Amino acid sequence: MHANVFDRYRFGTSLIHRLDPRVKVVVTLLFIVSNVLLPDGAWPGFVLALVWVLLVTRAAGLPWDFALRRSFVALPFALVAVTTLFSLPGDPVVAFRLGSWSLQINDAGLLRFISILIRTLLSVMMAILLAATTPFPDMLHALRHLRLPSLLVAVIGFMYRYLFVLTDEVIRLLRARAARSGQLPGHKAGGTVLWRARVTGYMAGQLFVRSFERSERVYQAMLARGYRGHMYTLNPHVMGRQDWLLAALAVAALTLIQLAGRLSFLR
Amino acid sequence: MDTLLSAFFPWLHIPDGFLNLVMALAFWLVTAAFVVVAARRLQADTSGLGEQQVPLMGIMAAFVFAAQMLNFPVAGGTSGHFLGGALTAIMLGPWAGILVMTAVIAIQALLFQDGGLLALGANIFNMGILTAFIGYGLYRAFAGRNRRVRLLTAGVAAWLSVMAAAFLTSVQLWLSGTAVLSVVLPAMLGVHALIGIGEALITVAALVFIAQIRPDLLGETAVKARGGRGWVLGGVVLVALLLVLAPLASADPDGLERVAEDLGFIERGLEAPYTIIPDYTIPFLGETALSTILAGAIGAVVVGVVAVMLVRLLRLRWQG
Amino acid sequence: MPVIHPMPSPSAPSSGNGKDPALVVEHLHFAYPDGHVALRDVSLVVNHGEKVALVGPNGAGKSTLMLHLNGILQGQGVVRIGGLEITKVNLPLIRTRVGLVFQNPDDQLFSPTVFEDVAFGPLHMGLPEAEVRRRVAAALAEVGMSDYGPRLSHHLSMGEKKRIAIATVLAMAPDILVLDEPSAGLDPRGRRQLIQLLRTLPLTMLVSTHDMAMVRELFPRMIIMDEGRVVADGPTERLFEDVSLLERHGLERP
Repeated sequence: MHANVFDRYRFGTSLIHRLDPRVKVVVTLLFIVSNVLLPDGAWPGFVLALVWVLLVTRAAGLPWDFALRRSFVALPFALVAVTTLFSLPGDPVVAFRLGSWSLQINDAGLLRFISILIRTLLSVMMAILLAATTPFPDMLHALRHLRLPSLLVAVIGFMYRYLFVLTDEVIRLLRARAARSGQLPGHKAGGTVLWRARVTGYMAGQLFVRSFERSERVYQAMLARGYRGHMYTLNPHVMGRQDWLLAALAVAALTLIQLAGRLSFLR
Repeated sequence: MDTLLSAFFPWLHIPDGFLNLVMALAFWLVTAAFVVVAARRLQADTSGLGEQQVPLMGIMAAFVFAAQMLNFPVAGGTSGHFLGGALTAIMLGPWAGILVMTAVIAIQALLFQDGGLLALGANIFNMGILTAFIGYGLYRAFAGRNRRVRLLTAGVAAWLSVMAAAFLTSVQLWLSGTAVLSVVLPAMLGVHALIGIGEALITVAALVFIAQIRPDLLGETAVKARGGRGWVLGGVVLVALLLVLAPLASADPDGLERVAEDLGFIERGLEAPYTIIPDYTIPFLGETALSTILAGAIGAVVVGVVAVMLVRLLRLRWQG
Repeated sequence: MPVIHPMPSPSAPSSGNGKDPALVVEHLHFAYPDGHVALRDVSLVVNHGEKVALVGPNGAGKSTLMLHLNGILQGQGVVRIGGLEITKVNLPLIRTRVGLVFQNPDDQLFSPTVFEDVAFGPLHMGLPEAEVRRRVAAALAEVGMSDYGPRLSHHLSMGEKKRIAIATVLAMAPDILVLDEPSAGLDPRGRRQLIQLLRTLPLTMLVSTHDMAMVRELFPRMIIMDEGRVVADGPTERLFEDVSLLERHGLERP
C-alpha cells in the first residue's frame, strides 16, 4: 500500500476550493474560537454552527456527511471528559452502583459533557473541511503570508514532501519485520518484551540515520541549484473581492451564532 | 491506516473544545515565543549546520512522524509506541528539536485533525517544548559520563518527558473544566508510565544503533553549543517539580484541588471558560432580554478581537 | 527571512563562448574525510555539443566526479566549465551553468509541488517573476510535462519524477547537463521516453549509467572509470569491441 492515502485533500473547483487559503485558515480558527466561547447548553448556537458546517460542506461539493463521518477521530479523547458527568454539582439525573462505588450523574455534569462533545465535533469537522478543500502547498502559502517564521514554514514544507517517502519506508520496515516473524508450533515466539523493544528501536535508529543521510543528499541537490541559505517563493494568491466578501459573511455568521447561543438564556 | 494514525498518543493530542479560550491562548503565546526564538537562533546560527538545517529539520520532522508508526507488542493487546520528542532534542539540540516537533504536531493537526488547532499551542508545549527541556536538559546534565550512564540517562529522560507531557495535559484539562483531576491524573500517569517505557526503550536502542552506524552524529562536536546551561537547569528543575508534584497529586488529587481552590484558581479555572461574561448577563442590567442580547454581542466582539489579535500576532515581523 | 520576492538581476549568465571546451577536468584527486580515496588523477575534456557516457562499476567514482563538476565537492586539481575555473567565488555562476541531476529524484524534488521545484533554481538566480514563470513553463514543455505544474511531487511515477528532475535544471538554462544514472529504476516505457528526451535535448551532456544499451543508442563517446581512475576514453563502438577491457572493469557489451 502506498502512503498516498494520507492525503486528505479532495480535488475540486468549488467556491470553497477557490477561496483564498488565508481566509480559510483564519475563518476556521475563528469558528473554533466561537465554539469554545459558546456556553454549556447553548443549543441554538450549536445548531447554527452545525448548519454552517453543512453549508460549507455543500458549497465545497462534498457529500453532506463527509466531515461528520470523519469527525469521530476525536471521540476517544472524550473519555477524559466523562469525569465531568459525576463531578459538577447539580440535581441528580441517574444514579447507579458500580461494585462498592455509587455514582450519580448530575444535570450540570451531563450538560457540560454533551456541550464539550458538541464543541469538539464541530471544531474537528471544520478542520476536516479545511484540509479537504485546501491543497497543502496552498496552506503553506497561507501560513507564510500570515507571517509565521519562514524557517518554520520551510521546515513544514520539507516535512510534508518527505512524509510520504518516509512513511513508505516505515511500512516497508514493518512489512519486513512481519515477514520474518514466524512461529513454530510448540515454541513460544516473539522473544521478550525487551528484545522486541530493541528491534523496534533499531528500526527507529535505522530510519533516523537514513533520514539524516537523505537530508545530506537533498542539501547537495539544493546547493546544485544555487541554494545559499534562503528559501524563495512566488505568491500565487491575491485576495479578490469574493474572498473579502466571504470573509465578511463568515464573521457575520459567527456573530449570529454567538448571539443565538446566548439568546437561549433569555428567561 | 486511519487507525494507525489515530493510534499515536490519543491522550496527548488534545482536540479543540477541551481547552478553554484562556488556557489555549496562554499556551499559544508561550509556544509562539519559544518557536520564534528557536527560528531566530537557528537562522542566525552559521557555525554549526547553518544552511543545511532547513532540509535536515524538515526531513527529521518527517522521520518523527513516520517513526511514530513504529510499535511493538507489549502485553495484552497494548503496544509500545514512539513519540520522539526526547530523541529529537538529544540528537539535534533543543532549538532544532522544538522546531521539528512543532512541524510534526502542526501537520498532525492541520492534515489529520490529530489534536486541535486552537489547542495546538498547548499540544506543542506538552509534546515539543517540555520534552526538549527534559530530554535535552537531563541528557546534557550527565553527558560527560561514560556510555552506560549516558544511555541510562537518555532512557530515563525519555520516560520522564512522556510523564511530564501526561501530567501537564491532565492539569490543562482540569483547569479548563473538562476533566476531573482526581480521576484523570492517576489514569493519565498510569497509562503513560507504560507508554513511556516503550518510548524509553526505543530511544535508547535508537541511540545505540546510531552510535554504531554514525558515531559522528553523536560526538561531542555534534551537539556542542546548541543549547546552554539554561536548558540543563530548566530540564532538571522541571523534572524535580514533576517528581514532587506528580506523586503528591496522584496520592491525594483532592489535596491539589483544595490548594487550587484556596488560591482561587479553581474558581477561575472552572468558571471562566464559558462564562467570560458571568451568567451570560450584564451585571448592572440584571436578567433582562437586553442584557442577554448585549452579552451575546460582547461574545461576538470577543471573537472579533481574538481574530484581530491573531492576525496581528501572525503579522508581527519576527525576522529582520 | 520574510517572504522574499525575487529582484531582477542585471543579466543572466551567457552561455559558453565556444572557444573553451564545455568541461575540462585536470589531474583531479579526491579523498573522503574517512580516508577513502575516490578520485585518482582524473583528467578529461568534453567539447560543446558532445554527448558523453560515463560508465564503470559501482564505487568507481562516477558520482563523486559529478559532484565535483558543480563544486559541491572540491578536491585537488582543476575543473573548468566553459573556461571558468571552479572557485569559491564563482560557485553561484558555475551552478547556473552546470545542470546536475541526482540519481534519486526523491532527493532532487524537495518541494511540495512540481512548479515550486522547477522554479527553485530560477528564483535563486534572482530572475524576475515573469521570467521565472516563462522558464518553468518552457522547461516543463521541454520534458513533455506541461500540465504538471500544480501536481504534488509525491504523486508522480518514477519516470515522471526523473523527467521533472531534469526540468528543474533545464529551467536554469545550463550549458552542460550532468546526469547520474537517469535510467535506473525505470520501467521499459519510462526508459524509452527518457532516451527520447535525452536524444532531443540540444545540450552538452555527461551521463553516468549502467545501461549499456542506452549508451550504444545515444552516446557516440564513452569514458570508463574504475577505482577512481579514467581507464578508457574513446568512441563507444570502438571500446565495445575491446571485450577484454570491458570484462576487466565488470562491464558487458549490450
